[in-house]
This record gives sequence, C-alpha cells and structure tokens, in this order.
Amino acid sequence: MKSRKPSIPYIVWMVVFTMIPIVMIGFTAFTDNSGNFSLEPLKNAFYYKNVFLKSLWIAFISTAICLLLAYPIAYLITRMKKSSQNTMIMLLMIPMWMNFLLRIYAWITILQDNGPLDMALSMLGIHATYIGNTGAVVLGMVYEYLPFMILPIYTVMSKIDPALIEAAQDLGSNNISVFRKVIFPLSIPGIISGITLVFVPSASTFLVSQYLGGTDDIMIGDIIDKIFWTDQHTGSAISLILMIFIFVFLVLMNFFGDEEAIA
Amino acid sequence: MKKIISIILAAVITAACTSLLAGCSGNKTDAGEVNVYNWGEYIANGEDGVLDVIDEFESETGIKVNYTTYETNEELYNMLKNSNVSYDVIIPSDYMISKLIDEDMLLELNFENIPNYDNLMDRFKKLDCDPESKYTVCYTWGVTAMVYDKTKVKTKTDSWEALWDEDLKGQILMFNNSRDAMAIAMQLCGINPSNCTKDDVDKAAAKLKEQKPLLKKYVMDQVFNEMEKSQAAIAPYYAGDIATMMDINPDLDYAMPKNGSNLFYDAMCIPTSSKNKENAEKFINFMLKPEIAAANFEYLNYATPNQKAYDEYLDDEIKENELIFPSDEYLDKCYVFTNVPNDVYSYMQEHFVKIQSD
Repeated sequence: MKSRKPSIPYIVWMVVFTMIPIVMIGFTAFTDNSGNFSLEPLKNAFYYKNVFLKSLWIAFISTAICLLLAYPIAYLITRMKKSSQNTMIMLLMIPMWMNFLLRIYAWITILQDNGPLDMALSMLGIHATYIGNTGAVVLGMVYEYLPFMILPIYTVMSKIDPALIEAAQDLGSNNISVFRKVIFPLSIPGIISGITLVFVPSASTFLVSQYLGGTDDIMIGDIIDKIFWTDQHTGSAISLILMIFIFVFLVLMNFFGDEEAIA
Repeated sequence: MKKIISIILAAVITAACTSLLAGCSGNKTDAGEVNVYNWGEYIANGEDGVLDVIDEFESETGIKVNYTTYETNEELYNMLKNSNVSYDVIIPSDYMISKLIDEDMLLELNFENIPNYDNLMDRFKKLDCDPESKYTVCYTWGVTAMVYDKTKVKTKTDSWEALWDEDLKGQILMFNNSRDAMAIAMQLCGINPSNCTKDDVDKAAAKLKEQKPLLKKYVMDQVFNEMEKSQAAIAPYYAGDIATMMDINPDLDYAMPKNGSNLFYDAMCIPTSSKNKENAEKFINFMLKPEIAAANFEYLNYATPNQKAYDEYLDDEIKENELIFPSDEYLDKCYVFTNVPNDVYSYMQEHFVKIQSD
C-alpha cells in the first residue's frame, strides 16, 4: 500500500479552506439571525432569479464568443513554427500580468463618449454609445477570459501526434476531413476545460458589470456583494444556489468529456 | 536541466521576495507602532507637493505607522467585529460612530494626551453621535451636494428634484450606497432622513424606482471619471470631492439643495481592539496640529474642523467657498445621520439592492 502521508498537507488545506467554508455557507443559508433553521433566506434569494438568469445568460454568451474566437486562434498557433508558437503564447499571457481592474479602466477609456472608438467611428459618421450596456459587459468578459479558452485548447492540440494526421492523409482524407475526423475530436478535452475555465468565473464575476454595464446589467455576483453587507443569510443562499448550478454544470461537462474520450 | 534551473531560480526569487517582506514588517523601532485604519485616499500622502503626513509623524515620534484603508463604513465595521486584526486609530462616519458606541466597541480617549483638541471649532467639539465627547475627535466634515456639467445642464438647480429630470434621461448618476441614496429620496418625500422607519424606506424606495429608468449608472468612486471626462450631466456627491472634480474639469459647477442636505463628519476614534492606545492618542494629537490639518485639507478638499488651521493656513478664497465651508445658517438646515436600528438598515439595504435588480 502506498503511503498517504505526503497528501496530508493537501487534505488539511482542502478541509480548512474548501470544506469548512462550504459547510458554513450551507449552514448560514438555512438559518436566520438567531441561528434557527429557516427557509426564509432561500425564499428571499428567489427574488433575484431574473438577475440570476441574466448572469448565466451573459456568461453563456461570453463563453460561446470566447470559444468561437479561441478555437481558430489556437489552431493557427499550433500550425506555426515552434519559436513563433512560444512568442504568440507569450503575447497572450502578457496582458494577464496586469491587474484586471486596470484593464477594465482601459476599456472604459476606450469605450466612453469621445473616447478613441467614438472618435474614430464619428469620423465615419457613426454615432452611438458603446458603454453602459450588456454588449460592453460581454466584451469585458470575453477580453478577460479569452486566454483561459485559448491556452487549454492550444495545449491539447499541440499534443496531437502528427503521425495521426499523416495517416489520415495517406488514407485519402482531404484537409477538411482531417480536421473533422482527427483534429476536432482529439481537441475536445481542451474545449471542455476551456469552457469550464471561462463559464464558471464569468457566471460569478462582479465589478465588470458595475464598470462597463448600465443600471440594468447588474450581475448576481454584485448582488451577493451588496446583500452580504447586511444580510449574510440571503447572500449565502444565493451563493449556494450559484454553487449548485456550477456543480451541475461541471458534472455535465465531465460527462460529455468522458463520452468523447471513449468514442 | 534547463527546467530544473528555472524552477530553482523561481524558488529563489520567491524566497527573496518573502524574506524582504518579512524584513519590512520585522523592522520595528523602539517607540512601537500604531495601526491606522482609514478611508482610501483620506490623508495627505506627499503627492502634488503637499506634506506626507505619515512620514512626518514617523520621523517626529519614531513610531511606526501601519496604514491600511477601507472603502465603506460597513467594511470597517465587519473588520472590527469579525476579524482578529487589531487597529489603534479608525476614522468612521457619524452614524457608524453611534453604532460603535452603542455596541461598546470604542475606548474612551484620554484628552490629557490630546492637548491639541482645543484647536477644534466649537461646532465640531460636540458631535451628535458622541454627546459627551468621550470617544471622538472630528477629522473632516462636509455636506452632500450636486455636481453638474454646465454644457449639459443650463440652469443651476437648488433642489434634488434635478436628479429626477426627464430631460437629462440617461445622463444622471446616483449614489451607489443605500443610506445616501435613500436620504435624498426621503428629503424629496418630506421625511427627515436622519433616522427612519421601514415605512419611510418604502416611500423612498418607490421614489428611487421612479428614478432608475432616468439613470446612467449607480456610482461611488466612478463618479470622478464620469464627471471629470464629461460623460454624465449631473450627480450627487460629497462636497470635498465635488471641489476636486471642479479643479480638473472647468465645465463643472456645484449646486446645493436650498432646504439643506446631509451634514456628515468623520472622526478619529480608538477601537477596543487597540493594543497601542498611547501611540494612538499621539497620532490623533499630531493630526490636530494646525499645519498637519491644513495639509490634509489641501489634499482632501474636505472641510477641516480645525479652527487654528482655518484661521492661520487657509486662503480667504477657500474660506468663502460656500460648497466647502457652508454658512452656519445652511448647516443649521442640514441633517446628520444617526444610527438606524439594524433591522431597518437591513431593510433599507435589501430594498436598495432590489431596486437595482428589478
């Protein structure tokens, strides 16, 4: 039997920083101020179902756009020389070295009235407001999470054995069917982890909508933030529902991942 | 091999950084330390040629200042209540002071160690939240007012009603803070906002609901960017900050509601978790020196309660500025927030979140 001693620090870590907080959230979500069992917080949480659905919708759209953008980029990068590949990945990573909030401020400057975008489009005779709407929020999210979609897809794709592609070509596949029959199926694990890495944080994100959105774009993360000031029970209940949603989502994603790996 | 070297290198760099950090925190002087917990950007820090107040204090007394900041009174309250971190000087606002006093979370000050207390204006020696003047030393004060863009709003208003102006639809900003937002709505509904009931909150919430479709955004610190870069037409905010915005964007002007607004003040207090009470009192005393108070005023633009600083260090131009130093008649019309009961405050916050989520 292998010794389990080396894993003890990790188990302690998990218990202290993952298990206990989750239990505490669960406990807080089902009690009232005096500590008695109560379904009131859960009932209050349902008041925010529209915000909840909208957040999931924004997260869904952002994830879909990220995937559409990231997949071709990842594919193109794997087709480059090894040295250019490293440079490209480096360029993707550099913006992530900067604080997220600073990058959101940069977007505010770009999108605001009389900002660079407005000026440029005004010269073409187009006048509009580019900030303070759902589109700007989605843009901010896509910008923020795109690297998290590209990197796993790229990693998986670059590990595809070139011999498989050659074999397909020898057996008479053209480029399209090589992609359809070999590259795409083998890159699915990358897509799955990319979707997970983008959807989960964007569903629970806050601040982005406060900075880029208007009055109607408040997200569930912002609600949790605000409600926690005075009502930790309702805040916990909303967090709990969000966690359950994300958990179900992750299970589903895993399920798909395994299916494809077998096929 | 290359990989191993790079891992070792990374480890060394990390280790070096942590030891540097450890070195910093371990570097205590004999005079001890003082843990100051203040609002963000709320002390003269050496920028723009003003004095670096903390630096000055450290070199004068040899006491090391550990300075941390918070964004809201509620954040401060949560840190005091739910964490083990010990603070020596905190600077909460009026209603939070009443709450902290009610909950026995402040220490009585020893005014023998704070001789400069006499420099304060009489009006700010006795604060409503601390009627016996045992716990507090006023740091700054001000009123809420409106800032507007002269290119977008043609006539100077004298009522909060301007924030409900249909003509400015999509260009109005509002406080993203339940107490301040509700207070404005309450004033318009004829309710005195200094204290309130759930009924009052319902009325104010209905008024705020009417306003939401006209708004561009609910903002706090973002108001600076919005107004300074001419992105919005009008916003309610704190007088000192309005003065800062007006310095940057000459198109801006201020407007004050004629029937008064919220008079707020922040005061220095010592929480019960303090471990260096004497140093805290030294710090408070230092902040009351006229030249230090004047430096803070120059940086903050929030009115100083320090009579000596006002008399000796301030320009006549600023003393006559009705926004920063409103007349006594105006101040008498203003209301001060008191601590609302927990359930009402919770109700208020909940309704404010609901307005935003609908």
